Amino acid sequence: MVSQHFGILLVALPLLAAPVAALLPNGRSSWTLVMAVMTLCLPISLSILGDVIDGELIHYELGGWAPPWGIAYTIDGLNALMAVIICMIGTLVTIYGRYSVAADIPENKQALFYAAYLLCFLGLLGMCLTGDIFNVFVFLEISSLSTYALISMGHNHRALIASFQYLILGTIGAIFFLIGIGLAYAATGSLNMADLAIRLSGSEHTKTIHTAFGFIFVGMALKAAMFPLHQWLPRAYTYAPIIVSTFLAGTATKVAVYVIARSVFTVFTPEYSLKTLLNELLIVFGAIAVIHGATQAIRQTAVKPLLAWSSLSQVGYFMMGIGLLSATGLMATMIHMFNHALIKSALFMAAGIFLYQTGSLRIAALSGVGRHMPLTFTAVVIAGLSLIGVPGTVGFISKWYLVLAAVEQQAWWIVGVVVLGSIMAIIYVWKLVETLYFQPTTMPAAPYGTDHIERNPALIVPIWILATACIYLGLDTGMSVGAAKAAVNSLGLATP
Amino acid sequence: MSIADYVMWAMLIPLIGAVIISRSGHWPNVREAITLITATILIGVVYRIYRCFQFGESEELVLAEPIPGLTIVFSVEPLGMLFAVVASLLWLVTSIYAIGYMRGHNEKNQTRFFTTFAIAIAATMGIIFAGNLLTLFVFYELLTLSTYPLVVHSGNIKARRSGRVYLGILMGTSIALMLPAMIIIWSQTGTLDFTAKGIMAGRISPTWAMPLYLLFILGIGKAAIMPLHKWLPAAMVAPTPVSALLHAVAVVKAGVFSILKITIYIFGPDFIMSTGAGIWIIWLPTMTVLLASLIAMTRDNLKERLAYSTIGQLSYIVAGAVLANQMGLLGGSLHIAMHAFAKITLFFAAGAILVAAHKTQVSELNGLGRQMPLTFIFFAIGSASIIGLPPFGGMWSKWYLALGAVDAGQWAMLAVLMISSLLNIIYLLAIPARAFFPGPNGAADKRIREAPTTCLIGMLIPSLACIYLFFNPEPFYSLAQQATR
Repeated sequence: MVSQHFGILLVALPLLAAPVAALLPNGRSSWTLVMAVMTLCLPISLSILGDVIDGELIHYELGGWAPPWGIAYTIDGLNALMAVIICMIGTLVTIYGRYSVAADIPENKQALFYAAYLLCFLGLLGMCLTGDIFNVFVFLEISSLSTYALISMGHNHRALIASFQYLILGTIGAIFFLIGIGLAYAATGSLNMADLAIRLSGSEHTKTIHTAFGFIFVGMALKAAMFPLHQWLPRAYTYAPIIVSTFLAGTATKVAVYVIARSVFTVFTPEYSLKTLLNELLIVFGAIAVIHGATQAIRQTAVKPLLAWSSLSQVGYFMMGIGLLSATGLMATMIHMFNHALIKSALFMAAGIFLYQTGSLRIAALSGVGRHMPLTFTAVVIAGLSLIGVPGTVGFISKWYLVLAAVEQQAWWIVGVVVLGSIMAIIYVWKLVETLYFQPTTMPAAPYGTDHIERNPALIVPIWILATACIYLGLDTGMSVGAAKAAVNSLGLATP
Repeated sequence: MSIADYVMWAMLIPLIGAVIISRSGHWPNVREAITLITATILIGVVYRIYRCFQFGESEELVLAEPIPGLTIVFSVEPLGMLFAVVASLLWLVTSIYAIGYMRGHNEKNQTRFFTTFAIAIAATMGIIFAGNLLTLFVFYELLTLSTYPLVVHSGNIKARRSGRVYLGILMGTSIALMLPAMIIIWSQTGTLDFTAKGIMAGRISPTWAMPLYLLFILGIGKAAIMPLHKWLPAAMVAPTPVSALLHAVAVVKAGVFSILKITIYIFGPDFIMSTGAGIWIIWLPTMTVLLASLIAMTRDNLKERLAYSTIGQLSYIVAGAVLANQMGLLGGSLHIAMHAFAKITLFFAAGAILVAAHKTQVSELNGLGRQMPLTFIFFAIGSASIIGLPPFGGMWSKWYLALGAVDAGQWAMLAVLMISSLLNIIYLLAIPARAFFPGPNGAADKRIREAPTTCLIGMLIPSLACIYLFFNPEPFYSLAQQATR
């Protein structure tokens, strides 16, 4: 049966396609190949989610070798939802890339770009799906190395600096993670996550295990751009090509957050985490990240850094949700990761459309542009309102669960931080909306004439799929909340 | 069709109207005809809902279930019915008026104006028929967003600054205070449905009552309780029809309506009385009434003076809600209707003066009564109704509010009600007095004429209603009574 092998197909397909994409003669044919891979992967991930949403677990042993010796893929609601996020964003970004890559990447590098893009995509998927912690490291390296290459393809030479900075920090993070794995292996003799969990719960809490936990956490926190380990992110997102920023903003940090959640809830169990400082660290640094990210976003004068800092602010919400160490808190983080992927990808795509039309991403240069680009502008408003958390949009659902989780534990100051973060989001979102639409413009009535970029479906269709999803999935939350519930249940926590 | 279908149409019709209006920008006459037709159909739909409601039909309309156990749901209850009648009637009146005003004043972007106006009405209908607190919150935010383009209509720096204040206060307070209060209630009681007698009693500790109630009173920024009132004077940069319908009727009344609904159907008057939640909170609206009247006296800009008058009048309603006894709630509910008809007349008159005479300051109005007698007669009628003089409808709501204050033994509030009425006389009736009796050297420019006919019709209808409602305050009285029984 093919369906049993679905889990591994998600990783194998892009892995096989990547070298082919690199060898194809031109960008257009590589794009076709990538698009074909994506159109296969998206339904597979959705069907996996459909299988696990009722609480079933998918267990797949690679090559028939049983764990703890062989590598096993264990899929529950948590990683199925992550896989859907990655495949969904990957597909939409690929459609968008038909125009965007052609505009941003030199023709002779396009095939290589698509190869790196596929590798990054499969690395992120692999990190989510595998049940083996060393395998996580392998996929982490695959995705990271390809990400460095992708970022460095930006126009500006500062993209190289940003990429190099990320390379250094990312490598440090990976090494920390590897040391953590090594220590955990030394203490338990196992690398399979489920097996590790059993052995850890039976063993004494030795210093080795504490150290392993610390290293794993710090390594992943760096990849997740958790405050105060976030310095690489604003630059990387700002100088990378639009399409890369869009893809990374929707997926990369979230996968790292997922690995942390998996470590905290499956491998080390919440009871263990409670004995460490972890939950306090997550909540306090999360709160600082929310406020600091939003403050910086308000101060930015260009669109991309504004969105990047806003992403950091959102990572703060993820951290707080995990740090609450409760079923509702974890649900809040998962739902928000899903929702934020929709929102932030839509916003980066819009930034790209403005850039291709006007040639600038300084906010001041965009005054009144929204009036001439109504489709893009409306999408920005919808995504922006979701970012604020206005009811009727997806952002509201995530905020609702996060506040509910805080109220359950009577942590009033967390409620305050969430509220403050939302109000600051109003400020930076409205800075964009007001400039784009309500500021007087000197532009003629139809400034773009026949080469109006909004007529290109490759740009408008994906952004509008995301914008529609921002509203629709805010009212029909069966998928996000359902998957989050299934995930929380499979971790043995009671849902509200 | 059942009542639930009609409720859906009440929201859909303004939306459909908005779509058609936005497509017909090139033909202003068609566009205005669509606005009037849409408004007329809406009145018909609201009338059908009223008939069904009288026959005791009650059916819920569930649209979605975004959070398990918590739905976007609509239902009809007496208070919402009252507000629906007021809002739909006055939308038609305002549309008639707006056509004359917008053309007479040569406003730009008229298509956007009429489109967003219709969307705002759809959002108001959503608030009116909301069946639980979440639904109310959703449409509350939508109303803020849909009225924002109307506030920044002119697009100049002042309008944009006002837009920021508007959005900042209304959205900020609702997210910062109302949302957490709602989530706390949800986590403690497991429901947010509007239920007769409230959902709190027996489900939540009485110590919660006061802080939660305060979160709502301040969190519903649209009720313009001081110190969160600044958005209302700021919103006066909008064209006058917006100030008239939205910032004297739809938006602000949506605020006090939400407070009344939360008082009656979430907390339950008995719960508020038994926990004493209102004893200290009542000082907020009481002080607002007094301060707003005092500030209004110092304002020379006519629309700003009316805005502060609105702030004071809104707090009458909030005070009635916080009293939480039958008379107070009855008076507060009635005042939604009575104040709406009176205040819209005043704003229309202010707009007519602007269009016809290009004057915005009270001090410039000396002797204008000779050129624009009708406008100032209507203004006097509206003022008298707001003051609460017989034979005008505004008397009834004040009467019941005063009774409520006496029942509750809130003598300070009673005193403030009376003082504020006196101040109303000074700052409102002084305006037509100045226009008709300018004194020795106050002759106005002879070239000024009355405003366009549609503006006059717009003023005539609500001012007649003010008089009619004194003799027959139906259907508002019986609806208010049903809600507060």
